[in-house]
Amino acid sequence: MSIEVRHMSKTFGRFRVLRDVSLRVETGELVALLGPSGSGKTTLLRIIAGLEQPDAGSGPILFHDEDVADQRVGDRRVGFVFQHYALFRHMTVFENVAFGLRVRPRRLRPSPRQIREKVEQLLHLVQLDFLADRYPHQLSGGQRQRVALARALAMEPKVLLLDEPFGSLDAKVRQELRGWLRRLHDEIRLTSVFVTHDQEEALELADRVVVMNEGRIEQIGSPDEVFHQPKTEFVISFLGQVNRFHGRLERGKVHFASLQWETPEWEQAEACPAHVFIRPHDLQVAASSNGQPALSACVQHIHSAGPKVRLELATDGGQKLLAEITQEQYRTEPLTVGSRVFLTPQNIKVFPYPSDST
Amino acid sequence: MQRVLPGFGLTLGLTLLYWSLIVFLPVAALVVRAAGIPWEQIVRTMTDPRVLAALGLSFGGAALAAGLDTMFGLLVAWALVRYRFPGRRLLDAMIDLPFALPTAVSGIALTSLYGPNGWIGRWLEPLGIHVAYSRLGVVIALMFIGLPFVVRTLQPALEDLDPELEEAAASLGAGRWATWQRVILPTLRPALLTGFTLAFARAVGEYGTIVFISGNLPMKTEIAPFLIVVKLEQYDYAGAAAIAVVMLAVALLVLTAIHRLQTSYSFLRG
Repeated sequence: MSIEVRHMSKTFGRFRVLRDVSLRVETGELVALLGPSGSGKTTLLRIIAGLEQPDAGSGPILFHDEDVADQRVGDRRVGFVFQHYALFRHMTVFENVAFGLRVRPRRLRPSPRQIREKVEQLLHLVQLDFLADRYPHQLSGGQRQRVALARALAMEPKVLLLDEPFGSLDAKVRQELRGWLRRLHDEIRLTSVFVTHDQEEALELADRVVVMNEGRIEQIGSPDEVFHQPKTEFVISFLGQVNRFHGRLERGKVHFASLQWETPEWEQAEACPAHVFIRPHDLQVAASSNGQPALSACVQHIHSAGPKVRLELATDGGQKLLAEITQEQYRTEPLTVGSRVFLTPQNIKVFPYPSDST
Repeated sequence: MQRVLPGFGLTLGLTLLYWSLIVFLPVAALVVRAAGIPWEQIVRTMTDPRVLAALGLSFGGAALAAGLDTMFGLLVAWALVRYRFPGRRLLDAMIDLPFALPTAVSGIALTSLYGPNGWIGRWLEPLGIHVAYSRLGVVIALMFIGLPFVVRTLQPALEDLDPELEEAAASLGAGRWATWQRVILPTLRPALLTGFTLAFARAVGEYGTIVFISGNLPMKTEIAPFLIVVKLEQYDYAGAAAIAVVMLAVALLVLTAIHRLQTSYSFLRG
């Protein structure tokens, strides 16, 4: 079941949360809506579910190319997993999962035996068979999350929508559940959209990532695309740490700091100011100059606990920079706080901007 | 083990002291007093139709009024918590009025409203509905004093009620009625029960508000606390104590039963 929204806008009071957003999710895809808080991602998810009404004049909401904009949330058959799970605390795990089946109109309601079988099957799927008789408050966060998921799946939804599914879990459980959800999705292949502000989560889990900012979609693409070919400054800054320089684009070259860099993709552009972005791992660090043009900087902090060693640096002009080197290089090079290093970019990303803005 | 927060011994000691002085001693005195009454006199008092009618009205009327209060109180609390309307804060503040008014004042006010010539009574009288000097009047007076207990108990519970629960129910296909019945009401049940209990307990012992509106007709609108006063005025201390002990026993029984029911919902607080 594909999902498509066209020209969605939403205003709360005077605050425009969504500005003319269009998006298509193909059948069986797992798509992440990624953005900072206030970017409109949760509102978009709630509009798809029918929990929020878009502004008048917005386009249709299509499920499998059928307009559902006028259908109520209960008729859209969406499985919605809430950020704080919204489990019914006076019901056992079993009753929570059975809820969607028990409230069906009598003629559509399965028999008690069918309900029991279905719920047991779902609890097995989310690996919680042994907790059927417990109450929500007796479960851990990760278990509650899976109960919420089983409850949403019980009504045999056409699409699954998850609002910050791992938002309130601790790091280790989050990691485990992420892998588990990916496998579950591969197994049941239900068209799914989840909202997250955690770029790592989006990049690791989703087939495609929708990066949102201030009510607009900045870029849609595979995790690889959005990470390696960011289309806007926002996307490159939001997906991981990055160093930014002010530079000038002229005849296919960009000049920044004391360096210049060939930019064939901007060959045709008029001379203009530009922002230059370099990821920390794209800055090669050397303790001594090899005669090549390089940025000179001073080491201010070294974070060596981790797979990579992260260096906080300051240029002579006072600009703060981040660089990443391997543990191996860290052990062979004489780097300490205060040492002078030479930085050569390996890969840069240039975004020209009109001279009247910054 | 040394606790981080001191004072368990001190707080328990003070708790027991206050409880003994303020609650236990008067009740104990009553029981001791009643224990001295010959058995046959207790039986005679307890089988007196007038006493039975008064006890029945006190407990029955209190239960009915508390039940109605629970329903209306839920509506009032719902409106106050869920909606923003002009005058909401004023209405919210006025909920406590029955707490603050001297009971005699509210009793007289109700009587003049519902009396045959009162603002409301004069319209009901031609319809054959007699509020003043009838059991209906007793129940209305008990509802008046019980309502704040229900509203004030339900307000925090409703504020805690996460709108996401209703959204979750709706997304699972439940209509408004099913959501109300299967999700909202059960979640509120402990608070509803507490509100009912408080309103009931207050109504059982109520005296001042009722004596004016009920007319205190023996066998009809006479409540047990009033009958106790009647007995005292007749210097029938033993009879008064006997009724009091029965009231105490029944109240204790009912409250214990509700408390047990309440603890069976303890999972809700988890």
